[in-house]
Amino acid sequence: MRIRKENAVATIEYMKMIRERYSRLGYPSYQWFYAEEPPAWTPLEKPLSKSRVGFLCTAGTYVKGQVAYYYKDDTSIRAIPKDTNVSNIRFSHLTEQYLPAARKDPNCVFPIEPLRRLEKEGVVGEIAQDMLSCMGAVYSQRRTREELVPKVVASFQAQGVDIAFLVPL
Amino acid sequence: MGSALDIMQAGNPPRGVFTDYPLGHSTGMPHDPSDQYTMTRAGLEAFETIKEPGTILKLDRTWTINANWKADTLDDTKGDERSPRDETPRYQLEEDRLAAEGNQT
Repeated sequence: MRIRKENAVATIEYMKMIRERYSRLGYPSYQWFYAEEPPAWTPLEKPLSKSRVGFLCTAGTYVKGQVAYYYKDDTSIRAIPKDTNVSNIRFSHLTEQYLPAARKDPNCVFPIEPLRRLEKEGVVGEIAQDMLSCMGAVYSQRRTREELVPKVVASFQAQGVDIAFLVPL
Repeated sequence: MGSALDIMQAGNPPRGVFTDYPLGHSTGMPHDPSDQYTMTRAGLEAFETIKEPGTILKLDRTWTINANWKADTLDDTKGDERSPRDETPRYQLEEDRLAAEGNQT
């Protein structure tokens, strides 16, 4: 995989864009999260090819038959079995304008088929049985930290994952 | 791994992988299994290749579906189509609602 040179990317400034959009709509200023501490660092204890991978997607992914997410600070999570047929994977997320592609092909944000292939090829040791989702538009940082995150951590710990692979919408 | 570099930098994860794609496609273009596989694999391999906490790798991928996607994203006339914020589950399909309510009874 080639990596871009540092200054070759003119990226969109989403935080600025959303702050301005909210202001124009008359909403209170959006309180973005800024990490105040350096990132936690845990060296890998074993090679990727021996590691069990926990997966979390914030796109509001659910399986047909499960209750969908609601849009006012839903801090619940869903467990999506890794052998789920991709045709039964759905999405409900506050910012629906980002979902049309995923609703046609879930793999573009919930890469269940690529992950199954990488497991089969031995690139990773194993994908943990329950892939997780949440609805990443909870406006309360406190509720995210105190209600949502502990559910994710508990599932990852119960599944004995070595790596937490997070994919935001 | 994701596609909003500024938000990722603000969160400062231990290891990050960025792709300059429109939001909603963090692991590849729709109906492009090769792109999805390559990106997902790069995301996982970063666990081994990143040695410095806070590093964000930038993948060299190009969104080929719409060359004007950045201008479209910044165009305010396209709107920010948010649904009502309430506690009603928002099913993608009506059949999903029926299936879920059937499971609950």
